[in-house]
Amino acid sequence: MTTAPAPAATREATGPTLIRLHEEGHDIVVADADLGKSTSARLFGDRFPERFFSFGVAEQNMISAAAGMAAMGRIAVATTFAVFAEHAYDQLRMSVSQPNLSVKMIASHGGVSVGEDGASAQSVEDIAVMSSLVNFNVVVPADVVEAEAVIEAAIRTPGPFYIRTDRPKHAVLYGDGARFELGRADVLREGGDVTLVSYGLMVERTLEAAELLAAGGLEARVLNMATIRPLDVEALTRAAAETGAIVVAEEHLMHSGLGAMCAQALATRAPVPMEFVGIDNRYGESGVWHEVLEIVGLTPQAIAAATQRAVGRKSG
Amino acid sequence: MVTDTQRGPDGTSSATDDADLDALIRRVRRHIVRMVFEASSGHIGGSMSAAEIMAVLYTRVMRHDPQRPDWPGRDRFVMSKGHATPVQYALLAELGYFPVEELDTFRTKGTRLQGHSVLGKPPGVENSAGSLGMGLSFGLGMRLSARLAEADTRVWVLMGDGEQNEGQVWEAAMAASHHAAEGLIALIDKNGIQNDDHTASTMVSEPLDRKYESFGWAVRSGVDGHDTGAVEEALRWATEVRGQPACVIFDTVKGRGVSFMEDNPGFHGAPPSPEQYEQALAELGVTPEAQP
Repeated sequence: MTTAPAPAATREATGPTLIRLHEEGHDIVVADADLGKSTSARLFGDRFPERFFSFGVAEQNMISAAAGMAAMGRIAVATTFAVFAEHAYDQLRMSVSQPNLSVKMIASHGGVSVGEDGASAQSVEDIAVMSSLVNFNVVVPADVVEAEAVIEAAIRTPGPFYIRTDRPKHAVLYGDGARFELGRADVLREGGDVTLVSYGLMVERTLEAAELLAAGGLEARVLNMATIRPLDVEALTRAAAETGAIVVAEEHLMHSGLGAMCAQALATRAPVPMEFVGIDNRYGESGVWHEVLEIVGLTPQAIAAATQRAVGRKSG
Repeated sequence: MVTDTQRGPDGTSSATDDADLDALIRRVRRHIVRMVFEASSGHIGGSMSAAEIMAVLYTRVMRHDPQRPDWPGRDRFVMSKGHATPVQYALLAELGYFPVEELDTFRTKGTRLQGHSVLGKPPGVENSAGSLGMGLSFGLGMRLSARLAEADTRVWVLMGDGEQNEGQVWEAAMAASHHAAEGLIALIDKNGIQNDDHTASTMVSEPLDRKYESFGWAVRSGVDGHDTGAVEEALRWATEVRGQPACVIFDTVKGRGVSFMEDNPGFHGAPPSPEQYEQALAELGVTPEAQP
């Protein structure tokens, strides 16, 4: 008898995956800014204390120091919360992005699903901020299984990464094993009427939206766009051509996230009706994580409604 | 010239005698003035103030090999005051990292000699900089990585005194002490002038010596940054500090070597006029016609 995997937060993959990869021979060092217990990076430090560097509550120094370690040939992982990674933007730009060094920023507590801590702790703009950096790969895993595969890809791939992980435990979608490939969208559901694009814990809600739509006779393709940069333009263009409408749902500001990037990519390749489900020019607030998602409008019902609007504008 | 085979028992070179060193420093200063004049832009003042510090470090103390810029056993030099590229490029060229003629391409289209530091351009440049305050952190990471490999690689970080305004410098100072980063050596080119004006009116960062001491560093201050003997003595002292990072604070004169540039905030980031250029070269002991 098989049982469904227990819900888990994607942040839970960080420490154990880094331990495994170092044991397999990858020259990993980890920089921490006094949040190692929350990010799970501390597990690596417990196992390999000489390779775990505490920089205290000082993210700017941590990032430039991690870059210095990468310049010496190490694979430098830097960990903190997403909002505090943004605190070191110029260091990510000057010390990491410009020299194209192998610093892997694994930032937990991404999005508004941080919940109770409220607006200051909820990154609604981190994807925009990190996607603005030249050379950066930007990836958000949909579940804890995919998170392990994402971290492994980041360790195996030279250059800078930003990986957003999340705080709350949520469903495991890849119980049968991860299919992650850097830069490639994963088709989680086939459909010919419209394509729903998402990442992170919104993928689960997008799949629920597809169920709602199917009950009404609309077959939606669902793409898990875990890699935001480099964007899988090919899968996106094919989806636009084959399904004629695109809806992007994300736990991020609507005007500067994946939706805007998809619209730019499709404008010159395959313009089709599009709709966007995201956070509309506001911050989050305190509440249980799924309540906060509802407050800012990130629900399966909202995705389904947006999809109906997009499909309604399809020609023919 | 410092090469692997020429290194002495302490891993350093004494290949350059005093007369050679003085001549090298004069050539470096001429290169600086010429590069900035020809490019009509660039940072003369903070390059001239660091000429002796850099020349003594590269010829007498630091372990490196111009013929093998990627030699893993080399010390690392981090130019944290990334606008002072002219002095670094001039010195690297003079030491043989790349042809001296390439200095003519400074800040021009297609050049490796970018306005501010870019890692790997040209060979011998170990970091990217331009936003101030990041080099000490970068150097700390380098040193901690070297220590993990049980390598005695020293990491030298050159900062300005205006740069001490940046909060990240003090994050790095705190962390270097916390990690007992022996072998990380901060060099402060204290010329007393930052971009707009004297540090005394823009932002007082003194007392730097007591600040670094209170952050847990071994500090040598009051070193005449234009006396090559004093510079060498202080740099050697820094290599002997054990169990903590070391900081040497050099008293220097911005624009050193050209009378009207000395201690003049007008020559932080502005080129000389043609008349000033001729006078500068004359003061540095050469006429424009005699330039290569």
